[in-house]
Amino acid sequence: MAAVMSDHAHGDHHGPTGLMRWITTTNHKDIGTMYLVFSFIMFLSGGVMALTIRAELFQPGLQVVQPEFFNQLTTMHGLVMVFGAIMPAFVGFANWQIPLMIGASDMAFARMNNWSFWLLPPAAILLIGSFFVPGGATAAGWTLYAPLSVQMGMGMDLAIFAIHIMGVSSIMGAINIVVTILNMRAPGMTMMKMPLFCWTWLITAYLLIAVMPVLAGAVTMVLTDRHFGTSFFSAAGGGDPVMYQHIFWFFGHPEVYIMILPAFGIISQIIPTFARKPLFGYASMVYATASIAILSFSVWAHHMFTTGMPAAGQLFFMYATMLIAVPTGVKVFNWVATMWRGSMSFETPMLWAVGFIFVFTMGGFTGLICAIAPIDIQVQDTYYVVAHFHYVLVAGSLFALFAGAYYWLPKWTGHMPDERIGKLHFWCSIVFFNITFFPMHFLGLAGMPRRIPDYALQFADFNMLASIGAFGFGLSQLIFLVAVVKCVRGGEKAAARAWEGAEGLEWTVPSPAPHHTFEEAPVVR
Amino acid sequence: MGLAGRHALAVFLLLASPALLAQSRYNLQPPATGIAAQIYDMHTLMLLICLFIFVIVFGVMFWAVVHHRKSKGAIAAHFHENTAVEIAWTVIPVLILLGMAWPATKTVLEMKDTRDPDITIKATGYQWKWGYDYLQGEGQGIRFVSNLSTSREQIDGKTAKGEHYLVEVDNPVVVPVGKKIRVLTTAADVIHAWWLPAFGVKQDAIPGFIRDAWFRADKEGIYRGNCAELCGKDHGFMPIEVHVVSQEAYGKWVAEQQAAMAAAASAGAREWTLAELVEHGAKVYAANCVACHQADGKGLPPAFPPLDGSKVVLGEVAGQIAVVLNGRPGTPMAAFGALLSEADIAAVITYTRNSWSNKTGEAVQPAQIAAAKGK
Repeated sequence: MAAVMSDHAHGDHHGPTGLMRWITTTNHKDIGTMYLVFSFIMFLSGGVMALTIRAELFQPGLQVVQPEFFNQLTTMHGLVMVFGAIMPAFVGFANWQIPLMIGASDMAFARMNNWSFWLLPPAAILLIGSFFVPGGATAAGWTLYAPLSVQMGMGMDLAIFAIHIMGVSSIMGAINIVVTILNMRAPGMTMMKMPLFCWTWLITAYLLIAVMPVLAGAVTMVLTDRHFGTSFFSAAGGGDPVMYQHIFWFFGHPEVYIMILPAFGIISQIIPTFARKPLFGYASMVYATASIAILSFSVWAHHMFTTGMPAAGQLFFMYATMLIAVPTGVKVFNWVATMWRGSMSFETPMLWAVGFIFVFTMGGFTGLICAIAPIDIQVQDTYYVVAHFHYVLVAGSLFALFAGAYYWLPKWTGHMPDERIGKLHFWCSIVFFNITFFPMHFLGLAGMPRRIPDYALQFADFNMLASIGAFGFGLSQLIFLVAVVKCVRGGEKAAARAWEGAEGLEWTVPSPAPHHTFEEAPVVR
Repeated sequence: MGLAGRHALAVFLLLASPALLAQSRYNLQPPATGIAAQIYDMHTLMLLICLFIFVIVFGVMFWAVVHHRKSKGAIAAHFHENTAVEIAWTVIPVLILLGMAWPATKTVLEMKDTRDPDITIKATGYQWKWGYDYLQGEGQGIRFVSNLSTSREQIDGKTAKGEHYLVEVDNPVVVPVGKKIRVLTTAADVIHAWWLPAFGVKQDAIPGFIRDAWFRADKEGIYRGNCAELCGKDHGFMPIEVHVVSQEAYGKWVAEQQAAMAAAASAGAREWTLAELVEHGAKVYAANCVACHQADGKGLPPAFPPLDGSKVVLGEVAGQIAVVLNGRPGTPMAAFGALLSEADIAAVITYTRNSWSNKTGEAVQPAQIAAAKGK
C-alpha cells in the first residue's frame, strides 16, 4: 500500500484558496474539519449558557438572571448542545474517518456533503439569534412541549426553522454515510470486516433517516398551531397535547442512540489499540448495536410515565426499556473482556476511553433505575434525570468524542498531541464532571424539580457544590483548545501508524493524511 | 478491587441502615403512603443490585488496568470470540431484569387502581398556581386557589429566607389521615404536574383532559411538593402543600371552609364602596395577577402586557370584565371567572382601574360581574 501512496505526491490541493477553499470544498477531510470546528464553537456557546444557569443556581434566590431568561437558557443549552455540538461533531468524525477506514477516496456525494455542512451555520445563526428578537429565545424546554411552545414568542419560530434546517443537514449527511459505506468499501472489505466505528455509524445513519422527519413533523405542527389556526395539540380544537409528546419522543429516544452509538464505535476502536489485543466479540458488538437501534423505536413512552398512560402502556414501555440494558451490558462486558489480559498502556485516548466506560456505565445504571415505572414517577422531571442524561451525554458522547479526537489527531495534523496537556484535560474533566453531576442524583431523589431558577433551602449545599464543579468543568475544556492548537502547530512527528497497536486502513496512509487518499482502492485480505 | 471495594462497602453499609438513610438528604423523601414506601424499597433494592454488578464489572476492569499493563511486562493474549461467554452475559442480565420487573409490575398495577375513593379532589394547574375543587366525599363543594406564599422580598434576597422558602402556600389542601384520596388533575393553559414526593404521586395535569392518581396518607403532618412539568416563567414558584389531619380536625376545617364560602356569597350580594373594593382588590391582585402584570402594573412586555395605561383597563368596563372572566386563549391569561368569586373579580378590576396612573374613579360592583357571567 505504501507504493500506492507514493504515487500521490501530487495529492495536494488545486482549487481556490483562502475562504473560498472552505466554502467550495468537496473534500471529506476539509468538511470533517469544518464540522469539528463548528461543533466546538457551539459546544463553547452551550457551555456559556450552562455556566449562567449554574451561576443562578449557586445559591437560593434570584441573583443573576430572571426566570424567563433562565428558561430560555435551559432550553437553548439543550438545543445547542444536542443539535449544534454533539451531533455535528460525530458527523465530523464520520467525514474524516469513514472514507479512510473503508479505503474510499471520498464520501459518495461530495457536493451534497458540502451542502450538508453549510446548512449548519445559518441554522446556528437562527438559533442563537433568537435570543435577540422581541420576547427572546424559546423557553419551552428543549423538548418544546405543546401547548407551552404554542405560547412562546417569535424566538420559537426561529428555533423551529433552525431545527428544520439542521434536520435536512442531518438527513443528507446520513444518506451520504449510508451510500458511502454500502458502495465504496475497498475490495475485500466485507461488511463483517468493517471497523466497528463504521458499523455504528451505518446504523446511526439509518436511525437519523428514520426519525429526523418525525421531529420536523412535530415542530411543523407546532408552527401551524401557532400561526395558521390548526389545533393538533389543543384540546379546545379537538387536538391532544400529549400527542406532541408521543411524536417528539418517537424521535427523541432514537435520538439518544444517535448520540451514543458512534461513541460506542469510537471506544471500540480505541480499546483494542491500547490493549494490543483484538476486540473480544466483534460480531456480538455489531448485533448489540443493531439490537439497541431496533429496540430504541419501541421505548419512547418511558419519557411519559407521568402523563397518565394506562397500566398496560406503562408495563409495555417499562419492559421494553429494561430490555435495552441487555445489549448495552454486552458492549460493556466486551470492552472489559478486550482489556482483560491485554498489554495495556494509557496514552490520552485510552484514558478517555476507560473513563468513558466507567462513568458512562453509571449513567446506564441510573437509566435502568429510571426505566422502572414507579421509581420513574418519583424522579421524572427532577435533577435525578438531569444527572442521568448528563452521565450518558457528557461522560458518554462527549468523553468518547475527546477520546476519538486525541486518537485521530495525529492522523489529522501529522503531530502527536501533547500527552501532558491531554492527561491534564482528562483528569480535570473527570473530576469536575463528577463534582458537578454526582450531587444532582441526591438533589433529584430528595425532590428538586428540574428547570427551576430557584429552589427550597434544603437543596442549597449540593447546588453550590454542583455549580463549583460546573465552572471547573467548563474551564477544563479550554485545555482541549490548547491541546488541539498546539498539536496543529507542531509537536512530535506522527508516524503513519501513530499508535503502536493501531489496526486499520487509516493507519496505512501517511500522517497527516494527504488531501486525497485511496484514489486507487487498497485491497483488504 | 481494593479501594473500589472498600468504598462500595461503605456505601453498602449506609444503604443497609434504612433508618439512617431515611433521614438523610441523599435519598428519596421519607414515604408517607404505602405506595411511596414500596417505591422507596424498590429503589433501594435496585440500587443494591446495580452496585453489586458495578463492583464486579469494574473490579475486573480495574484489576486489568492495574495488572495487565505493558509497563509491567504484560504480554497480550489473543483470545477473542467465545459464544458461550456471550450467551452467558446476555442471559444472566435478562434473569436479573425479570427479578426487577416483578415487584415493579405489582406496584404499577396498585398505583393505577383509583377505584372507590373516600374523597375526590380535582387539582387544576394554572400559570402559576393550583386550583382545588373537592368533588366528592366529606367536604364536597369546597373550592379554593392555592398560591405561593413566600414573599417577593425573600426571593430577591431583601429579607432572610424562611424555613419553607418556595414550598409554602396560602391555602393548603387538607385531607383526613388514613382515607383514600383520589386526585383528578387537569389544567387551564399548559401542562403542569401535581407532585407530592412523600406520597409517591406525580401526575401530569393536561389542559382539556382529566387524569387521576390516588394516595392514602398514613401519618398526620404537612407534606410539600412542586409542579414538576415546565409550565413557563414561574414554574418554580407554584408549590403544593398538603396537610394530613385527624378526622375531627378535618371535620372542623370543612365546617370553616363552608362558612367562609357562605360569607363570600353574601359579600357578592351587597354594594361595596370604592375604598373597600380597592383595598380588597389589592390583596386579590397580589395573589393572582402580580406574577405577570407586576406590582407596578408595568407587566413584562411583550409576553405580559402592562395594565398601567392599558387601553383595556381604561376603556369600557364590560370589555375588561370579559377579559378577566374568560381569559385570553393561547396566552397565560387565565379565565378567572372559574377561579375567583364575583366580589374578588369586582375588587381586582376596581383596583386596576384606580391604581398607578389609572385614575378612573369607577367602582365595579360584584353584581356587575354576576350580570356579565349570566350573559
